[in-house]
Amino acid sequence: MSTVYFIAQQTMYFAIPLLIVALAGMFSERSGIVNIALEGIMIVGAFFGIGFINIYQKTMSGQTLLILAVLIAGLSGALFSLFHAFASINLKADQTISGTALNMFAPAFAIYTARMIQGVQQIQFIDTFYIRSVPILGDIPVLGPILFKNAYITTYIGLIIGLISWFVINHTRFGLRLRACGEHPQAADSVGINVYRIRYAGVIISGVLAGIGGLAFVVPTSTNFNATVAGYGFLALAVLIFGQWRTNKIFAAAFFFGVMKTFASAYSGIPFLKGLPISNEVYKMIPYIATLIVLTFSSKNSQAPRAEGIPYDKGSR
Amino acid sequence: MKTKIFQNEGFTSFLSSLAAIVAGLLVGLIILFVSNSKDAIPAFVMILKGGFEDGSRGLAQVIYFAIPIIMTGLSVGFAFKTGLFNIGASGQFKMGAFVAIYIGVKWSSVPAEIHWLVALLGAMVAGAVWGSGPGILKAFFNVNEVITSIMMNYIGMYLVNMSIVKTIYDSLKNQTKPVLKSAVLPKAGMDKLFNTSNISIGIFIVILAVIVIYIILQKTTFGYELKACGSNREASRYAGINEKRSIILSMLIAGALSGLGGGLLYLSGSGKYIHVLDELAPEGFSGISVALLGMSHPIGIFLSGLFIAHLEVGGFNIQLYNYVPEIIDMIISVIIYCGAFALLFKQIIKKLITKPVIDTDNKDNVEPVPLLISGADKVSVHDEANDVTRQEEDEK
Repeated sequence: MSTVYFIAQQTMYFAIPLLIVALAGMFSERSGIVNIALEGIMIVGAFFGIGFINIYQKTMSGQTLLILAVLIAGLSGALFSLFHAFASINLKADQTISGTALNMFAPAFAIYTARMIQGVQQIQFIDTFYIRSVPILGDIPVLGPILFKNAYITTYIGLIIGLISWFVINHTRFGLRLRACGEHPQAADSVGINVYRIRYAGVIISGVLAGIGGLAFVVPTSTNFNATVAGYGFLALAVLIFGQWRTNKIFAAAFFFGVMKTFASAYSGIPFLKGLPISNEVYKMIPYIATLIVLTFSSKNSQAPRAEGIPYDKGSR
Repeated sequence: MKTKIFQNEGFTSFLSSLAAIVAGLLVGLIILFVSNSKDAIPAFVMILKGGFEDGSRGLAQVIYFAIPIIMTGLSVGFAFKTGLFNIGASGQFKMGAFVAIYIGVKWSSVPAEIHWLVALLGAMVAGAVWGSGPGILKAFFNVNEVITSIMMNYIGMYLVNMSIVKTIYDSLKNQTKPVLKSAVLPKAGMDKLFNTSNISIGIFIVILAVIVIYIILQKTTFGYELKACGSNREASRYAGINEKRSIILSMLIAGALSGLGGGLLYLSGSGKYIHVLDELAPEGFSGISVALLGMSHPIGIFLSGLFIAHLEVGGFNIQLYNYVPEIIDMIISVIIYCGAFALLFKQIIKKLITKPVIDTDNKDNVEPVPLLISGADKVSVHDEANDVTRQEEDEK
């Protein structure tokens, strides 16, 4: 049983950032803007979040510091995503191009700034955020060890973001408008919705979430930030498509990928896998191969937003 | 009339690229000033001088940096022409590099004169195989090629690491073994001419690849079909083009180009080895910027590859003033970003010069085809593709 708990706890570390960032992608893409810049926005969010922790960890610690860092990460992600919004909404530029530019700028900026200020590109931080067991909740049988032991507060933030996103996109007026702009912006415009404003909102929400996702990825898995989020932004894109742009499916996809990733990185801690004569690399490949196979069988009826990637031009028919 | 528009097109796209480059360099200058105002000017001059800093050795260094990114740039640009975003150049590059080194280390029975050639061919085949995967999945199962290429990047990286450890592993240095002398690309006197060992005939192979791709795209029916597919998939299907075949072949050729790039870099005899690390090959991603800056045109890609390599050398040199070379990546990303502004600029000029073109209603059902990427000849292909459909309709 302890193995199951171990896997569940490990899965959270991988699945939660993927979930947050895939939802980030969802907000942008369902408003009609392809956001390939998730990776770059994650890096910017993690850079400012970890930088904030690095500076203030002498005076603060624990959950207060982490929550403030989460806010900083979200804010910086939002500001950075404005560049993408401006290029793809106002200038009607190709959205892959500005996304690629942002992806390239972010790590270079993180390395450059870190090295100019402190000489090395790794930003160290002290992990005072680890929760061994949540009081009371951690003692619940089964559910306690799975959710409330060996955890980080980012896990709960991620789950809450998941719930709110589901509600916002499916059950609010704003969500309906957002989806309309991604499916048929002309129709949305004809009933008085400001397509540009809604799309800006989509991209900015996407920036906030991706920034938070970057921090949520770095904090549980490392003790320094090395100007990279290990391709998680791209993986989140895969999760988004795998999840067919729908919140509940994204949730499932993120956890599917998280479990696979856990087997890959922690198989030596899982007794029945450790004994098998399979190379380390094979385990690492499994999440990607599994995703490929699943996508192959699920992509025939893609439910991508119809107006995705097409700049909205008020004048066009 | 048409030639007149073309002249304007070329001129405006040149102007807008120039504007983007100036903007990128300005941002670079500002960053230099903000981080250390004292040495900003000399460092900026050093970036501009780039490969011209160190005489012929500097030029050789530019060429050395340019070879892999021109190849991955060609790969990305070629796929762009068919409306595909090949973000998987990194994996194809690494597969090619591995197979080239493997053949270079193990296949000692191959005649020495053609050993390097065989290794390069092996690299192309490996890249082609890796590239065709996403192509096949896209054509037959409608799987988004961006995602499959990303997955293939990671699978390729782990596969290469695993294969290195099992076959050609130098466990002391955690890297590949050195290749046999016969597998190193011939120098053909280039090393004496440039007074450095980093250079070989690799650049001529790159030029050959640029010419071949140019001919395929501009002068053959096959290339025309690929471009038609990229401009309007529906229209090209009506015109009787086998779009599945076009998608697969386009990705296959793109993969072969990246693979060849990997082979060229690691067989250049410069003491470069694949390290066994969980790290994607950065050359694949540089290829995206090269292709974007070169507007997916083979000759544009060749020039933009040289330009970016030139800046990279400059970025390497400014470490003399305690600056960090990553500033170059920032400059390049700003240049690419300003390409978006440049597109607007170009459209304004075009509107001023030509009468407004009547845009057919295909805006609604066309897949997000890169606008800027396809460059000057896009407009003509678009029109012709539509003409084809119109003809069909007329026949009916």
